[in-house]
Amino acid sequence: MSKLVIENVSRVFPGVRGGKPTRALEPTSLEIPDNDFVTILGPSGCGKSTLLRLVAGLDRPTTGRITLDGAPVSEPGPDRGMVFQSYTLFPWLTVADNIAFGLREKGVPRERRDEAVREWMGRIGLIGFEHHYPKQLSGGMQQRTAIARALANDPAILLLDEPFGALDNQTRALMQELLLGIWERARKTVMFVTHDIEEAIFLGSRVLVMTARPGRIKAEVAIDLPHPRHYTIKTSPEFSALKARLTEEIRAEAVLAAERH
Amino acid sequence: MKPLAPISNTARVALGILFFVLFVAAWSYATLGGFVSKTFLADPLTMVQEGYDLLTKHGFLLDIGVTIWRVVGGFVLAALVAVPLGILMGAYKPIEAFLEPFVSFARYLPASAFIPLLILWAGLGELQKLLVIFIGSVFQIVLMVALAVTGVRRDLVEAALTLGARDRGILARVLIPASAPDIAESLRLVLGWAWTYVIVAELIGSSSGIGHMIIDSQALLATGQIIFGIIVIGVIGLISDFLFKWGNQRLFPWSLA
Repeated sequence: MSKLVIENVSRVFPGVRGGKPTRALEPTSLEIPDNDFVTILGPSGCGKSTLLRLVAGLDRPTTGRITLDGAPVSEPGPDRGMVFQSYTLFPWLTVADNIAFGLREKGVPRERRDEAVREWMGRIGLIGFEHHYPKQLSGGMQQRTAIARALANDPAILLLDEPFGALDNQTRALMQELLLGIWERARKTVMFVTHDIEEAIFLGSRVLVMTARPGRIKAEVAIDLPHPRHYTIKTSPEFSALKARLTEEIRAEAVLAAERH
Repeated sequence: MKPLAPISNTARVALGILFFVLFVAAWSYATLGGFVSKTFLADPLTMVQEGYDLLTKHGFLLDIGVTIWRVVGGFVLAALVAVPLGILMGAYKPIEAFLEPFVSFARYLPASAFIPLLILWAGLGELQKLLVIFIGSVFQIVLMVALAVTGVRRDLVEAALTLGARDRGILARVLIPASAPDIAESLRLVLGWAWTYVIVAELIGSSSGIGHMIIDSQALLATGQIIFGIIVIGVIGLISDFLFKWGNQRLFPWSLA
């Protein structure tokens, strides 16, 4: 059974002031089954974020259609949770209220919201920070909270748009393990956009490589590394082989992108 | 001095007070030294003496109370109308397109120029004074609130949408709380402007208030009283500003850096 189906979806942004229209995404088809963890790897400006925003319903495709469990996607909804690269916790809400935001919008009663908050505070290791405001947290803590906020809503699919892009390397590695740990337990369907090759391999069950603008899926690489994955796997020969292969794939695109800019 | 280099708190307060001291010293030198005629400018000691007499013998406290009530009354009325309107304009673009051109135009209509008309319509009573403040404040608040709501980070709205918030939820639980500190800050600024309108309103056809006292003092050439009145306005303005800032900090602890 296939969950998310993307059929011939493209996006062309109209030209600004009579300029040429921008082809952000070439017609793309993709199926993401239940419990899959797909990472989308590509150079900056390749349309990978555009693809994610189309799935989220924050943008409308120029052609093609997207369905989730058979229902067409036409607007944003709680069935497609999203974590952004920028820090998007609501600054006027505490960590606990941020995590409960989606449940509150759904009209879930207070006791069940509190229960969900307690559970997620534990899973992301932020017990004791319930009443902190986002500005009192580090970047890593904010993104952990953002992941909990999206997942507390129990979406059918989780969309992550370079969520660790602004974090330092060490924090980023810890966040990857945390996210992978959550996924290994909950087995959510995940679409994860990144330009970091190691991140794409470490997290994904398969990596989709996108071309430089106009974006198009160029290659699909299955990642058959066993679960649960430990961070030491990053130094294994299998990991290195995958990394070498993806580096080749992505390098050609990066060169193209650099020439065009 | 290095650009943008911070200074200690003590130094900041001391420098701030120093200017007041220099200002009063220059004023004392000019008046007590006999360089400026008493007819045109009272010296600080006379000002204090006349101010004390005003408060104790001429019921000036009542005038101060009347003026404060007019400012606060007119300002609250304006805020009650303008804040909801501004929020709607900021949130809903058709409403903005409908109202924004008119409000932008009306904002430049000088409130003081309406006084003759308002006297014609509302007489010389309290209503006319309140209306001057109202007209002077309402369009400013509408535009500033609309701007604050329009300026809410787009990605916060998008995050709320992906969490299942619908139109009402976005308005009530994202746009309004996100812009609340900016709205409060706009109100603080406009309240400061309202103080200048009230005095103008009281200069014409009024029988009480600080502005009325100032006009009366002019007839008596009591420059000490005039200056005292002006200083009282400044002090009240400073206090209301301080209260507003303090209230905003209490209400929006999350917005402080």
